[in-house]
Amino acid sequence: MTTTIKQLQQGLAEKQFSSVEITQDYLNKINQHNTDINCFISVTDELALQQAVVADIALAKGTGSVLTGIPIAHKDIFCTDGVKTSCASKMLDNFIAPYNATVIEKFNRSGTVMLGKTNMDEFAMGSSNENSYYGSVANPWDFSRVPGGSSGGSAAAVAARLAPGATGTDTGGSIRQPAALCGITGIKPTYGRVSRYGIVAFGSSLEQAGPFAHTAEDCALLLQSMSGFDPRDSTSVDQPVPNFSDNLNNDIAGLKIGLPKEFFADGLNPDVAKVIESAIAEFRKLGAEIVDISLPNMGLSIPVYYVVAPAECSSNLSRMDGVRFGHQCENPVDLEDLYKRSRSEGFGEEVKRRIMIGTYALSAGYYDAYYLKAQQLRRLIKQDYVKAFEQVDVILCPTTPEIAFKRGEKIGDPVSMYLQDIYTLSLNLAGLPGMSIPAGFSQSMPVGLQLIGNYFEESRILNAAHKFQQATDWHLQVPEVK
Amino acid sequence: MMSGWETVIGLEIHAQLATSSKIFSGASTAYGAEPNTQACAVDLGLPGVLPVLNVEAVKMAIKFGVAIGAEIGKRSVFDRKNYFYPDSPKGYQISQLDLPIVGVGSINIQLEQGETKVIGVTRAHLEEDAGKSLHEEFAAHTGIDLNRAGTPLLEIVSDPDMRSAKEAVAYARKIHTLVRYLEICDGNMQEGSFRCDANVSVRPKGQGELGTRAELKNINSFRFLERAINYEVERQIELIEDGGRVVQETRLYDSDKHETRSMRSKEEANDYRYFPDPDLLPVLVSDEEIEAIRQTLPELPEQKCHRYINELGLSDYNADLLTSSREVADYFEQALAFAPGLSNLLVNWILGELSGALNKSDLDIQSSPISAEMLTHMLQRIADNTISGKIAKEVFEAMWLGEGTADEIIESRGLKQITDTGAIELLIDQVISANPNQVAEFQAGKEKMLGFFVGQIMKQSKGKANPGQVNQLLLDKLKSL
Repeated sequence: MTTTIKQLQQGLAEKQFSSVEITQDYLNKINQHNTDINCFISVTDELALQQAVVADIALAKGTGSVLTGIPIAHKDIFCTDGVKTSCASKMLDNFIAPYNATVIEKFNRSGTVMLGKTNMDEFAMGSSNENSYYGSVANPWDFSRVPGGSSGGSAAAVAARLAPGATGTDTGGSIRQPAALCGITGIKPTYGRVSRYGIVAFGSSLEQAGPFAHTAEDCALLLQSMSGFDPRDSTSVDQPVPNFSDNLNNDIAGLKIGLPKEFFADGLNPDVAKVIESAIAEFRKLGAEIVDISLPNMGLSIPVYYVVAPAECSSNLSRMDGVRFGHQCENPVDLEDLYKRSRSEGFGEEVKRRIMIGTYALSAGYYDAYYLKAQQLRRLIKQDYVKAFEQVDVILCPTTPEIAFKRGEKIGDPVSMYLQDIYTLSLNLAGLPGMSIPAGFSQSMPVGLQLIGNYFEESRILNAAHKFQQATDWHLQVPEVK
Repeated sequence: MMSGWETVIGLEIHAQLATSSKIFSGASTAYGAEPNTQACAVDLGLPGVLPVLNVEAVKMAIKFGVAIGAEIGKRSVFDRKNYFYPDSPKGYQISQLDLPIVGVGSINIQLEQGETKVIGVTRAHLEEDAGKSLHEEFAAHTGIDLNRAGTPLLEIVSDPDMRSAKEAVAYARKIHTLVRYLEICDGNMQEGSFRCDANVSVRPKGQGELGTRAELKNINSFRFLERAINYEVERQIELIEDGGRVVQETRLYDSDKHETRSMRSKEEANDYRYFPDPDLLPVLVSDEEIEAIRQTLPELPEQKCHRYINELGLSDYNADLLTSSREVADYFEQALAFAPGLSNLLVNWILGELSGALNKSDLDIQSSPISAEMLTHMLQRIADNTISGKIAKEVFEAMWLGEGTADEIIESRGLKQITDTGAIELLIDQVISANPNQVAEFQAGKEKMLGFFVGQIMKQSKGKANPGQVNQLLLDKLKSL
C-alpha cells in the first residue's frame, strides 16, 4: 500500500504515530530489502532516529513545519556534514564533507529526517545505475531490470516504499527517467530554481536537484523546501518561489497541451506509445486542449548534450586528483604517477569515457568544432521550446522510449544507453522544468509520462500532474517486493 | 649592449587586489598566516562548492581601467584554464580569456632624455591566484599552502612597446605607483603582491618581425627586473650571433647567480582547454557604474605632478620624485596645508633630510617619527629667523629622537638665534680686539679675512648669531676702524 507524505503529515499532526515510529518503520524496511535492491549506499539509522526525536519535540510544541518528522532519503551526490558523500565512486569512498549542501540544509531546517544516502550512477553519469562502485540497483518491479539512472537508488527506494520521498539530481534525465522506470513521480525544476551548492558537480550548466515521491502533491511539498535563491550559487535565480501546493487543484479545462511530433516518432516502443495515448485521452477528458507541435531541432540534443556535459565534467572532476581528499594511489613515485594512478584507480569506465570525450572536445583545434558549435546548437534547441510555449501551456511526451531494460543489457553499448535519455536531455539543455508521472504499464512494468513546463512554471505542470493523478491510480500501484 | 640589435619587451604584471576577502570565497586574503588557515572549502576545491564573485575585485579592476583610459568590458566573462598542479586545487584556474574586464589602454613613461613615451596596455583581466608549493621545508615531500589560493589578481598585459630594460622598469614603476595611488594593491614586491613577468626578444635593427621571445619569471624587485632583462638580452644576442636559435620558453631569474635559466618544461605544449566557467554568470557593467567609479578616482600621479610644477613652481625633477609615491605626496600636501608659502623649503627637507633619515631607519613615510605638522613648524622657525638652517638640522635630529616639537627643542637647548644688534656688536668687538693681526691684514686689502671673522663670531655664538646680521655689522665695523 502507498503511504504518501501528505498522509504521514496528517498522521503526525493528529498524533496517530510519532516521527520516531515511522522512521523506525522505514529503517526496518530498508534493513529488510536493501540487500536485494541495493538502493542505499549509507543508511544513517542513528542520525535518523536522533532527528526524529528532535522532530517529535518540535511537533509536540507546535513549532514544526509541514515536513517536520517526515523521513526521506538523499542521493549520495549531496554533501552531508559528517556523513560520507561518495557519489557512488571509489574516488570519494572515503570522503566526508565538512559542510551540508544547501538542499540538505534546507531540509534540515524543515525538520525532515534523513534515512540515508542512496545509490546512483558514479558521479551521476549513467541511465541504469549500473555505473556504481557500490554495485547496481534492482528495479523493485522486476529485480532483473534496471531502475534507471543516475538517481536510480532514490527512485528504487521510493518505489519499493523504503522511503516516502527522496532527492535526486537531473543533468540529462536523471530524475525523470528513473521515476518513469520505477513508476513514481519526479520533478526537475527550472535551472536556477534550486541551489547547486554542495552537489558534487558533473554538468554545471545542466543539472538541477529535485524530488521523487508517489504523488505530484508530495513533490510540490518537497520541491517547496528545496527551492529558492542561494547567495552561494551564482546560477541560482533570485526570484520569488510560488507556493507549489496552491494551484494543484486548479481546473485544467482549456489547458493547452502540446504533443511534439519528434517525440512520438521512430524509436518509441509501440506499447509505450499506447500507454501514452490513453494518458492523453485522460487529459482530454479533463478538458485539456491537445495540440500537435513541432520541435524541429530535437535530433540535435543527444550530440549537443554529449559534447557539453562531458566538457564540463572533464573540468569539474579535475579536483579529484588524489592530493587533498578522495582516493590516493599507494606509494606514488612522482606527481604525475600520483595523478595518473589515483585517477585511473578511482574513476569507473563511464566516468573515464566522459572525461576523455570532454577533454577532447575542449582541446585546442577542436574547441570551435565541438564545444562552441554545441553551444550554438543549444540555443537552437532552446528557441524551439520558446516558440512552442508561445502556442501551448504544457508539453507532453513519453519520458523514455521504452520500459526498464534488463540489467547488463546495454552496459556494453554506451550509445544505446545514451538513447534512453532522448526525450529528457533537451530540457536540461534549455533549462526547462519537467516531470515524470506514472501513466500505465507495459509488460507489467511502469511507463512514465513527461510533462514539460515553461520557465519557472513548475506550478503548472504540478497542477496538470495532480489532476491526472486524481483521475487515475497508476501512481498508487505497488510493486510486490519480497 | 651590442649594436645592430633592437630589444623588444612586453610586461605581464600581476597585481594582487587589496580586497579583504578572496575573489570567489569569503576567506581572508591577509598575508603571513599559518599555512592553510585561510583557505575555506571553496579555496580547497572540495567537491560541491561553488565560486561567488567578489564585487570589490571587479570595482578595483574597473578603477584601474578608468585610470589608464581603457575600454571597460561591459560584459566580461570568467573562463576556466585547465591544468593539473597541486597548488591549483580545482585543477583549473578561473581567469578571463576572450572578454576581459579591462580592454585597450595606455600608460605614459618618462624617458631619461625627458621625453614622454606611450606604452600600450593590451588588456587587464581578473583571475585567482594559486597556492604555494613549498619544496624546501619538507624532506622528499612538497608542502602545499593554499592561503594564497583565490586571492584576486589583476593581470595587466602591456604591448611589446618597450625597447630597453630601463623603459621596462619605468613602465613597471609607473603601474606600481598607479595601483598604490588607486589603493587597489599594496605593491609589496617582497610578499609577491606585485609581480612582473617580462617577455623579452631581440631582432636586428630595422626588422619589422618580432624575434622569438622568452618569458622571464620570478622577478621580485625593479632592480632585478632591469638586471634580468639585460642578462637575457645579452644571452639571446650571443646565442644568435653564435649561430643558435632562441626557443620560446619560460625562464626563471636567479638573483643570487644573476642569470636566467630554463624552467624544466614538464608539459611541452600546454593546452589549457579554456572554456567559460558555467558556475559564474557574465559580469555586466553599466555606463552609470563606470561613471560612479570614475568619480571615486583620486588625483592621479601625472595630474599631481603637473599641478606641482604649474601651481607650486616645483622643478620637474622634484615634482616627479614627490609624486612617485602617494604617501610622500600626501605628506607633502599635509605639511603644505600648515604653511602654504613654504613649498620649496618643504620639498628640500622632505626629499633631503627626511628621506635620508627614513631610508637609514628603513621606515615608510607613514611611520615617520616627525609628522608633517612638526616638520612644518620647524621650517616656520627658519622662515621667521628664530633658527638658522644649520641649527635646524640639530632640531630635526632631536625631533627624530623624540625630544619634542621644534619650539620645545629650541627652548630647552637654547638654540634661539641671536638677532639683537647690541649682542652681536659685542661679539664683533671681542673678536676684533682678540685678533689685531688679522684686522691689519684685512685693512691691507685681504678681503678674504672677512670669512675668518664671521667664522670666529659664529663660533663664539655657538652658531646662534644670525649670519646675515653678522655679515652686515661686521663689514660696517671693519670699515669704520
